[in-house]
Amino acid sequence: MKGASEFLLEIGCEEIPAGMIAHAAQELQVILEKYLTSANLLDRAKIETFGAPRRLVAMASGLRTVQADVTREVTGPPKSVAYDSVGQPTRAAESFAAKQGVPVASLHTVSTPRGEYLAAKQVERGRPARQILSEVVPRAIREIPWPRSMYWTTADGLRFIRPIRWIVALLDGQPLQFEIDGLKPAKFSAGHRFLGKARVAVSGPRDYERRLRSCYVLARPADRRKKIEKEIHALTVRKGLRAHSDPGLTELVTYLNEYPSVILGDFDPGYLDLPQEILVTVMRDHQKYFAVENARGEIAPHFLAVINLASDSGGVVRAGHERVLRARFADARFFWQADQKCRLADYLPRLASVTYESRLGSYHDKVERMRWLSRWLAEQWFNSGIPQSSVAEADRAAELAKCDLVTDMVREFTELQGIVGGLYAKAQGEPEEVSWAIYDHYRPVGPEDQIPRNYTGCAVAMADKLDALVGCFAAGMIPSGSSDPFALRRAALGVVKIILERKLPLSLSATVAAAGKALATHAPKMRVTPQVERQVLEFLLDRTRYILRERMGFAYDEVSAALAAGADDLVDAVRRLEALKSIRRTKNFEPLAVSFKRIRKILEKAGPASTWRGSAVHPEVFTDTAERDLHRAATEVARKSSELKKAGKYREALQEIAELRPAVDRFFDEVLVMAEDENVRKNRLTLLAELLSEFSTIADFSEIASGEGR
Amino acid sequence: MKSKVKHEVPKGLDFQRLILRLQEFWAERGCVLQQPYDVEVGAGTMHPETFLRVLGPEPYRVAYIQPSRRPADGRYGENPNRLYKHMQLQVILKPAPADVQDVYLASLRAIGIDLRRHDIRFEEDNWESPTLGAWGIGWQVLLDGLEITQFTYFQQCGGIDLDPVSVELTYGLERIAAFLQGVDNVFDLRWSADRTYGQVRLAEEQQFSVYSFEQADTDTTRQLFDLSEKEAERLLRSYLDQDAEGKRRFPVLAAYDLCLKCSHLFNLLDSRGAISTTERAALIGRVRALACRVAAIYLEQQSSTASRSENAQVAS
Repeated sequence: MKGASEFLLEIGCEEIPAGMIAHAAQELQVILEKYLTSANLLDRAKIETFGAPRRLVAMASGLRTVQADVTREVTGPPKSVAYDSVGQPTRAAESFAAKQGVPVASLHTVSTPRGEYLAAKQVERGRPARQILSEVVPRAIREIPWPRSMYWTTADGLRFIRPIRWIVALLDGQPLQFEIDGLKPAKFSAGHRFLGKARVAVSGPRDYERRLRSCYVLARPADRRKKIEKEIHALTVRKGLRAHSDPGLTELVTYLNEYPSVILGDFDPGYLDLPQEILVTVMRDHQKYFAVENARGEIAPHFLAVINLASDSGGVVRAGHERVLRARFADARFFWQADQKCRLADYLPRLASVTYESRLGSYHDKVERMRWLSRWLAEQWFNSGIPQSSVAEADRAAELAKCDLVTDMVREFTELQGIVGGLYAKAQGEPEEVSWAIYDHYRPVGPEDQIPRNYTGCAVAMADKLDALVGCFAAGMIPSGSSDPFALRRAALGVVKIILERKLPLSLSATVAAAGKALATHAPKMRVTPQVERQVLEFLLDRTRYILRERMGFAYDEVSAALAAGADDLVDAVRRLEALKSIRRTKNFEPLAVSFKRIRKILEKAGPASTWRGSAVHPEVFTDTAERDLHRAATEVARKSSELKKAGKYREALQEIAELRPAVDRFFDEVLVMAEDENVRKNRLTLLAELLSEFSTIADFSEIASGEGR
Repeated sequence: MKSKVKHEVPKGLDFQRLILRLQEFWAERGCVLQQPYDVEVGAGTMHPETFLRVLGPEPYRVAYIQPSRRPADGRYGENPNRLYKHMQLQVILKPAPADVQDVYLASLRAIGIDLRRHDIRFEEDNWESPTLGAWGIGWQVLLDGLEITQFTYFQQCGGIDLDPVSVELTYGLERIAAFLQGVDNVFDLRWSADRTYGQVRLAEEQQFSVYSFEQADTDTTRQLFDLSEKEAERLLRSYLDQDAEGKRRFPVLAAYDLCLKCSHLFNLLDSRGAISTTERAALIGRVRALACRVAAIYLEQQSSTASRSENAQVAS
């Protein structure tokens, strides 16, 4: 009997942290699939999992009710031993049959490469799904991985994210048989903590959601999110308002409530004179409210709170939330005013008592290094023809960048670091270039984030991140696997993103060396070895490759080809890369790339260059027209392409080079490179070597994969 | 913009009746009603009725008010929400009952909160006290967005894994009273029928803010810290040389008082801005070292007392 069974599991918990529910549900699905697949119960059925604050749910329809029987063939003694000369079974046959528990008459023979053997059929009866699930479900519950689990009875009790208080585990409406930490599965779920019934009978996947909904629990996150979004829209649209978009907050409140409803509250418009950043942070991070904007995108004196109730009768809940927000804003205003009783620069000495990292000194030390490096960067850019880049402003912004770390506002709202410093600087009359630079200098905080809006901000942001990179690498704190406590990957990504998006003229190696010099010449005067600089450089290039491939959409081989031809000036590397990408689909290009690859192989096979490389190609040694023509064509193309290259016209230069294809093809058709005559051979190798190096300065074509492969 | 909605409980409990109701509620559920500890502490957790009682296997239930001093939070009585000293109601249930959340919620009903009409939620908040070597897993309980209780399943205390687990409920009494009375400023709370919170406590807030931010002499405070630590260490060291009887009589509670003094003096130095972040970690480590040794000795005393009384029972 195959049958189609219905399975429902609900792990009933005390409130699970909102940020962990979705992931745990995914893990539960993977674990259950693993067990049910290996038990051959899943067939084509799918396990679905989801969660709400007090429950993780798994359900499946169409499971096998019983495992299929499995027939196995057990081989016994060779046929020659099993039967005597007249074909009667011997003792060997009889004892094999006895051992397998079958009559001798049911034995049969099988052919194997070693001859014919006696065999018995063994049928393993499939086990009922109920039995198997009763074994694997408690195992699955224990296996769900959590960031930080707890125990709640005794030290040897079950560990989970929060205490488990009930379990529903039903197959075709009947509870499974198991016990976990003193709990046995039952048919009863629990409704909303305050609005629903404490005990809700459910029978399986078909009625689970409906029954819970009637007890004010929307078990599915999609249903909760839809309700939230619909109510936000209804509350705002008529008043010409809209919620400040915040997908992360939407996700969070979806998992903070079992029956979410939205209320619109007000606050005193007098608080609108606080910076918008502070208002939004207080509402979002501390109260989990959505800020509200008017049609012009300005913050309006309202907020949207998602509450775990069906409605707010009489506005009681709203009044409570308004009072709490009032107190929060009063605090923020107190900090705003108290912090500015002295100027931002007055906080500088206090940074000496704030440790940045024990081996890298205090934040005061770090600021001194950042100032030096910011000045160096600004000077590089100024000298490269960027008149907006000011050394004095870079120095000032770096000096003030970390001061907000010791203000009350940032102590209370750490996520506003940088932003608060920038706002104070602006309010205290620092030039706009400086205040925005302070404001932006933690940016970009991820691949999606924007880079600082001005050159000074870019200088300070890069100085901050490069100092972290070089300092941590020099102190031996190199990220490995998932361990990256100083977020160095993010720092490196930030440095590269700033260079690429701002198109900053810089030598990457010189920049890393400058960061090393800042660390070596300022407290704690840590020595930075060339090896550390190389490691940092490689780390930065690794992030560069990631950005170029994953964020800018260049193909793997294109990135390798362009960076192999030079990766010190990243902006130039991207220009070469763009030219390469635009030309690679033209008719001559990929065939030429194939030829270059062939050239590289020939040269590698020819042994060390010192054994064959001439100082120059000698036309008088040529014997074939094809090599003479190639040399002539290459000299001509080299002249043209190098002029184009100098003018930054990489695409045109590559087009010129691609024109070499017929000459190269003819050369390989007609000329044997490894000629008998040593002089002729060496001359040909030298010709090829020059060709390769001359034309690999924009991109190393031999890295290009031919055909459609990317 | 003032809210147009009148608060639903116009006659919310005054501060002292709130305390009485909660104490009564927990006394009815088998708690010993203890009194505040008479050494300065930063939180109800530091009271020996929590710090020591959660150790070891003995079941225990206790509730008490603990005035908690946080020198850095002082605001001269000028901030409507922040206090140098606030009142906590601390409840310890050991072992943690399976229906502990429901019992806690019933205590809110007992002080007049209609749970079906308010937005009550348990939001992740894991509690940790590095100075006590203690941490737990749990939530902050929010009532219409206001944090009113810290709800913690204790996992470790004094560096020792707890077995069984105790649950700790810490009610923020000023906040709950402000909610019940619909008051924005803590000093406007009705303490009793005819006194406000400000009348009872404002002078204390002002004076201790002045002392902890302006007057406390950092050198003297440091010396007091060192002296208390030294005395605690001397005492704790002497435990090792005691015979069985000496160990039984050993005043571990006195050593713990000295440890608490260190903790408060540390907070005072901190509010004077006299501690760098590096030094901070070191000082916290010194207090924690004392706390962990106290916990270990306490546990040793408990288990030897337990085995003696078992022996006595067997003999009789």
